[in-house]
Amino acid sequence: MSQYLLSVHHDGVTEMPTDEAVIAQMYADVERFNEKLRAEGAWVFAGGLYPIESSTTVDATGAEAVVTDGPFAETKEYLGGFWVIEAADLDAALTWAKEGSAACQGKVEVRPFQDA
Amino acid sequence: MTAQAQVEGVFREEYARIVASLVRRFGDIDIAEEAAAEALLRALEKWPVDGTPPNPGGWLTTTAGNLAIDRLRREGRRGDKHRQAAMEAERRGAPEPTPPTGPVTDDRLRLVFTCCHPALATEARVALTLRLIAGLTVPEIARAFLVPETTLAQRLTRAKKKIKDAKIPYRVPETADLPTRRTAVLAVVFLVFNEGYVASATEEGDAPIRADLCAEAIRLGRLLRELMPQDPEVAGLLALMLLTEARRSARFVDDALVSLDDQDRTAWDRALIAEGHALVRECLARNQPGHYQLMAAINAVHTDAATADATDWGQVATLYNQLYAVSPTPVVALNRSIAIAELDGPAVGLALLEPLQLTGYQPWHAARADLLRRLERFDEARAAYDAAIEASGNLAERAWLAERRDRL
Repeated sequence: MSQYLLSVHHDGVTEMPTDEAVIAQMYADVERFNEKLRAEGAWVFAGGLYPIESSTTVDATGAEAVVTDGPFAETKEYLGGFWVIEAADLDAALTWAKEGSAACQGKVEVRPFQDA
Repeated sequence: MTAQAQVEGVFREEYARIVASLVRRFGDIDIAEEAAAEALLRALEKWPVDGTPPNPGGWLTTTAGNLAIDRLRREGRRGDKHRQAAMEAERRGAPEPTPPTGPVTDDRLRLVFTCCHPALATEARVALTLRLIAGLTVPEIARAFLVPETTLAQRLTRAKKKIKDAKIPYRVPETADLPTRRTAVLAVVFLVFNEGYVASATEEGDAPIRADLCAEAIRLGRLLRELMPQDPEVAGLLALMLLTEARRSARFVDDALVSLDDQDRTAWDRALIAEGHALVRECLARNQPGHYQLMAAINAVHTDAATADATDWGQVATLYNQLYAVSPTPVVALNRSIAIAELDGPAVGLALLEPLQLTGYQPWHAARADLLRRLERFDEARAAYDAAIEASGNLAERAWLAERRDRL
């Protein structure tokens, strides 16, 4: 088994839904998807993130650590949330990603973790 | 044929089988390719002296397998459990381990689906398929696609790394995914064919090399047919390529393009046409129409007519209607309107063609020009030919269009 990161990115262009019923449906769909991941033993970890404005960047590559407000790069796109799953191969991971994308109504990027 | 050419010929024929079997056993394309190349060197040494073995493919596969094991032992690469299992089995003299999932299929089919995986870029799929399945060398593929060898080599390296890192499986997809995945495989083969077919119309010196791509695509088409004999779209694609290839030699006279209605039909390759027609009949009997089958059927109608005037345009129009139902693209709509123009007159055809507005597409302008000519609207026809010439990137095509325009 391998681990894959399924990340959901906001492009900063597409409007996020504001209708409460739509949002509630999305949460319910994601929760159902999470349950399925757990039931089938594919679940490792998952979470949604607060908006990008809440981020802080730490740079300790120099002598002194520098803490700054905001994301590390000035881009419109940002990470909204992610899953870490166990899957036999890419095809299995892609199948999960399709379900995840439909549930959270966002594009999902699939990346393999380096082998331990 | 020299002894070397003979060995290399066998090697190319057997390449996909050798590599696919090694990939399954060792789970690594690089190891498979290296071992296969080494086995070729052994064959080049031994066969001219000892004679060609009774089963050359088997000899190459066994030799390559042994070389891979020797090499892995030497390098102490035992990490991968696939490889370890294969080496253990080999040591005990046990049969090769069977793959963990899926029904028993030809290893080559698994590798085809790996090479044409949707997670790879289209150009990577094409390069991998030509390299691993068709057995073309890196310089050959680079020349055919007019890219530098280093670019092509990098493209292959990146693709193989992604297969390894992301764990793109060596497996025939599950039933639910099979139709889409099969379509992706067919698209790669048809792309190779078209690259060769369109290239044969250029005046570049390397045109013959690129035209070889048609032969390679047909060879791949035959292989897919052997591997998926029950699939009507596989049969349809092969038929389409055969019926198109059959007309190749008549498409050019003295380097000038000749349109379908002006072609010398006695120059068409009858053997390819007969093979294509048989496949189309088989598809009709199955009655599960699809994109390639319908395209093949349209080509079958054209190649069935002894003269251009004898073309059954009613049949062609019906087939285009069916094709539009499965592939509702503007290009199909364009071809349908051309068929309908033959059946119901240029005015009807033009009325269907005008709204498509495929202004960047040479065939749309050319078809429009022809219909305007037949309606004796010559000024408009001339302007349309000019637009067609503008939209064409192909020298022979431009010359043909200019000639049509000047004849007005």
